[in-house]
Amino acid sequence: MNDTIKFKIDSQEIVAKKGQTIVEAAKDNGVYIPTLCNFEGVKPKGCCRMCTIKVNNRFMTACTTPAAAGMEVENDSAELNDIRKSIIELLFVTGNHFCPSCEKSGNCELQAFGYRYQMMVPRFPYNFPQKGIDASSPKIIKDQNRCIMCKRCIKTIKDEEGRNYFAFQNRGSELAVVLDKKLGKEMTDELAKLAMENCPVGSIIYKEIGFEKPIGTRKYDKQPIGSEIEV
Amino acid sequence: MKEKIMQIVTKYDADRTRLMDILLDIHDMQGYVDDENIEVLAEALGMSEAEVNETISFYHFFTKTPRGKFTVYLNNSITAVLRGRDAVKSAFEVACGTKFGAVSEDGLFGLFDTSCIGMNDQGPAAIINDRIFTNLTVYRVKELIKGLKEGKKLNELVYESNGDGNNADKDMQSMVQNNIRKGMFLLNKDYNKYEILKEDLSKHSPEEIIQIIEDSNLRGRGGAGFPTGLKWRFGRRVDGEHRIIICNADEGEPGTFKDRVMLTEYPDLVFEGMVVAAYATGADIGLLYLRYEYKYMLKFLNRVLDEMREHNLLGNKILGIKDFDFDIRIQLGAGAYVCGEESALIESLEGKRGEPRDKPPFPVERGYLGYPTIVNNVETLASAVKIVKYGAEWYKGFGTKDSLGTKLLSVSGDCRFPGIYEVEWGTSIREVIEMCGADDVQAIQVGGPSGVLIGVKDVDNLGATDLMKWYKPSGMMVAQKIYDRKLSYSDLPTGGSIIIFNNSRDLLREVVMNFMDFFIEESCGSCSTCRNLPFVMKQKLEKILDGHGVRQDIDDLLNWGKIIKVSRCGLGQTAANPILSSILNFRGLYEKDVKAMTDFDNIFDIEKSVDAANKYLGRKTEFHHN
Ligand SMILES: Cc1cc2nc3c(=O)[nH]c(=O)nc-3n(C[C@H](O)[C@H](O)[C@H](O)COP(=O)(O)O)c2cc1C
Ligand code: SF4
Repeated sequence: MNDTIKFKIDSQEIVAKKGQTIVEAAKDNGVYIPTLCNFEGVKPKGCCRMCTIKVNNRFMTACTTPAAAGMEVENDSAELNDIRKSIIELLFVTGNHFCPSCEKSGNCELQAFGYRYQMMVPRFPYNFPQKGIDASSPKIIKDQNRCIMCKRCIKTIKDEEGRNYFAFQNRGSELAVVLDKKLGKEMTDELAKLAMENCPVGSIIYKEIGFEKPIGTRKYDKQPIGSEIEV
Repeated sequence: MKEKIMQIVTKYDADRTRLMDILLDIHDMQGYVDDENIEVLAEALGMSEAEVNETISFYHFFTKTPRGKFTVYLNNSITAVLRGRDAVKSAFEVACGTKFGAVSEDGLFGLFDTSCIGMNDQGPAAIINDRIFTNLTVYRVKELIKGLKEGKKLNELVYESNGDGNNADKDMQSMVQNNIRKGMFLLNKDYNKYEILKEDLSKHSPEEIIQIIEDSNLRGRGGAGFPTGLKWRFGRRVDGEHRIIICNADEGEPGTFKDRVMLTEYPDLVFEGMVVAAYATGADIGLLYLRYEYKYMLKFLNRVLDEMREHNLLGNKILGIKDFDFDIRIQLGAGAYVCGEESALIESLEGKRGEPRDKPPFPVERGYLGYPTIVNNVETLASAVKIVKYGAEWYKGFGTKDSLGTKLLSVSGDCRFPGIYEVEWGTSIREVIEMCGADDVQAIQVGGPSGVLIGVKDVDNLGATDLMKWYKPSGMMVAQKIYDRKLSYSDLPTGGSIIIFNNSRDLLREVVMNFMDFFIEESCGSCSTCRNLPFVMKQKLEKILDGHGVRQDIDDLLNWGKIIKVSRCGLGQTAANPILSSILNFRGLYEKDVKAMTDFDNIFDIEKSVDAANKYLGRKTEFHHN
C-alpha cells in the first residue's frame, strides 16, 4: 500500500516513489543533481560520473542507484562539486571543444556545465588530440573531436528491429562512438534530427541546416543548466 | 567463406549471447574476422555491424586484419622488463624483419605486445599461436625464428622438455613450470580425487554447507575479500528460473599466476568447489571463465570435466541426489583485464564488450542473463572444498583473527625463487622476503599494480595523512620500516601478487610507468575519469621525470588521484595507486626530480628553446631574465 519512501539529501527530506532512482526522486523534490550521460526513458549507465554523490559516505552514482528509505545522501558539497567541475574540465581537455564555431553552442550541456561550475582555466593540460570526423552519412556528421562517450545515441537511436546505429569501438583512451556504415546511409531525417537532439554536445550534427536559431537565443544562453529543476 | 561462418553461427544456435565463442571459433579457423565476416555475422545475429565490431574491437586477441601465420604476443609485465625484455623484443624484430604492432611482409610473423600473461615467474614469456614460450633470451628467439623459417613446427621448437606435473600431460604439453615452493593444505594432494563429493557432500544439507562456510569465515580470494558464505546465502535466497555459479579464472592482475597453478595441478579441486557451491545454492549452470592466455589448458580441463560427467559428478541427478542437476562449461576470454571484474565478466559471457555494470543490482541479485549469479575465484572455491572436508574449526586454526586460512602468493621479481607460496594469513613481509630469497630489496609491490608499493627507505606516513582516508588500496608498493606489516585483510590485503624490486631498479621510470601504461591499456573506457585521468597523470609524471616538475605537480597528482576514486569499478578506483602509493612511500624519488623544489612552473625554458636556432645561425642570444 505504502509506495512512498523517505530519505535525505543534504539533510533535506525527500519523498520518493518506490523504484525511483535518486536523481528522479531529487528532481521531483526540486533538488538538482547534475547529470550528463543520463537520458530520460532509457536505462541509465553511470558513464560520465557527474551525478556522483555520497551515500552513507560512499561514492555512488545518483542516476543508477535506487532511492532507499533512510538513506543519507550528500550532494551539494564543496568536495563533490569540485569533483564534478574537474570532470567537466577533463572532458574539455581530452577533446577539442571550440565553442564559438560549434553549431551546438548555447544548447550544449558540456558548455553549460562549464559556466555553471565557473570553469576558467582547466586544472589539466590541454591535449588537443587528433580525432577524425565521419561525414559519410548523407544525414549527419559525427565529429569525434566533440564526443564525450555518454552513450546516449547508442541507447536511443535504433531501427525497427532494435539494431543500434551507434556503437562503441575499442576501449580505454582509444574508445570512440562510431556510426554504423550501412545504417548511417539509410538514416531518416527524423532519426538524424533526433540523434542530434539527444547528443548533449556537438558531436552529432544534422547536415544542411545550420545555426537556424542564432547563438544568444538558445537554451542555456538564457538560463543556467539545472535551473529548471532547482527551487 | 560465408558458409563456414554460417556453420559456426549455427553451431551456437545464432545466439548473440554466444558471440565470444563465435568469434573465437572464427579466429581458430582463419586468425581474424574481417568486414565481410562481420557483415555475415550482423545479418545472422540480428545486430548492426557496428555492434559486432563493438565486441571485436574491445578484446586484445580479436583482430580484423590477419596477424601473421605465427603471431607472437610478448608479455610486457614489469618482471619481464626486469629480465631483459627489451633485448628479446629487438631480437624478435630483427629475426622476423618487422616491428612490434605489425606483420612481416611475407605474412609469416606478427609481433604484438600484451599485458601480463601469468608467467611472471618464468619471463620474459610469449604466446605464439596459443602456445607459451617461457624464459626467452636473445639466443632462444633467434633459434626459434630460424626454426620456424625452416618450416619446423612450433612444438618441435620447444627448447626444453615439457614442464613439471600436469604441464607434461598429453593434452597440455606445455613448457610452463609450476614453481610450487611451499604448500600447506590447498597445494596438498592429501585426498583422493572426488572423495569429498562422493563421501562428504551428501552428509550435509545445502543449508549446513553454507553454515560451515560461514563459520569458517572464508573470504573471497579474488581481491575484494567478500565473505563467501554470505554470498552463497544471498544467492540461495534470490529466486530465479536458473542459478549460476561462475568460477573466475581471468587472473589478470599483473604478477598473479596462482590460478594457473591451481588449474594445472588441482583442476578437480576447483571443479569440485563449483559443484559444492552449486549444491549449497541450488545452482544448475556452471561457467568457468578462463583467460585467453591460458588457452593451452583448455583441452586438458575439458577432459577433467568429461571425467566428472562419467562419474556422475556433473550432469543430471548428481550423486543420485534428486533435482541436483548441474554442469560446467568453460568460456574463454579474449584478452581484457577488466573482464576479471565480475560484472564485466558476465557481460563478456553474454557476448558483449567487457564493460562493468552499475551496482546495485549485484550479480547475486541479477547476473548472467539476469539470473542470480555467484562469482567466486578459483582459490576460494578450492578452499571451500577443503573446509567442507575438514570443518570450519580446523580451518580457523590457520591465519589471524580477521583473516583465516591460507593464501596463495605469486612471488616474482628480484628474488632467487619466484613461484607459488601457500602461506598462512598474517605472514609478514619480512618472512616473504626470506622465503623467496630476496636481498638488496628496495621495494615490494603488494597486490599488483592496483595494490601498493612499500619500500626500504620509507617514511612512515601511512595512516597519518588526510590522504590516507582516500587511499584504500587493494594492493600496494611497501618499505623496510613496514616490513613487519602482515598480509591480512585489515593490514595488507592482497589477491596474492608480490613483486620484488632490488636497489638497482628505477621505481618511477621503470615500475610506476609500466603500471600506468597497464591501466591506460586495460581501462574499458566507459567512465570519464578512468578513461582520461591515468593518461593525464602519466603525462604529469613524465613532466616531473623530465626535470620540468615543480612542487605543485606532486600535490596535483595526489589531488587528481582522489578524483579517479569516483570511477565505477575497481580498475578505475585503483588506477592511480602506482603513483599515489609511490608518492606516499617514496616521496623522496619525486622530490629528487622536482626542480629545486620551486613552486614556479618553468616548463618553458627559453634558453633551451632558442638553442637550435642559435646553433644554426651561429649566434649567441643574450638573456636578461637572470
Ligand atoms: C579490474 C578488476 C579485475 C579483477 N580480476 C579478477 C580476477 O582476475 N580474478 C578474480 O577472481 N577476481 C577478480 N576481480 C574481483 C572480482 O570482481 C570478484 O570480486 C571476485 O571474482 C569474486 O570472487 P571471490 O569472492 O571468490 O574473491 C577483479 C576485480 C576488478 C575490479
Ligand atoms: S572504472 Fe574504468 S574499467 Fe571500470 S567501468 Fe569505469 S572506465 Fe571501465
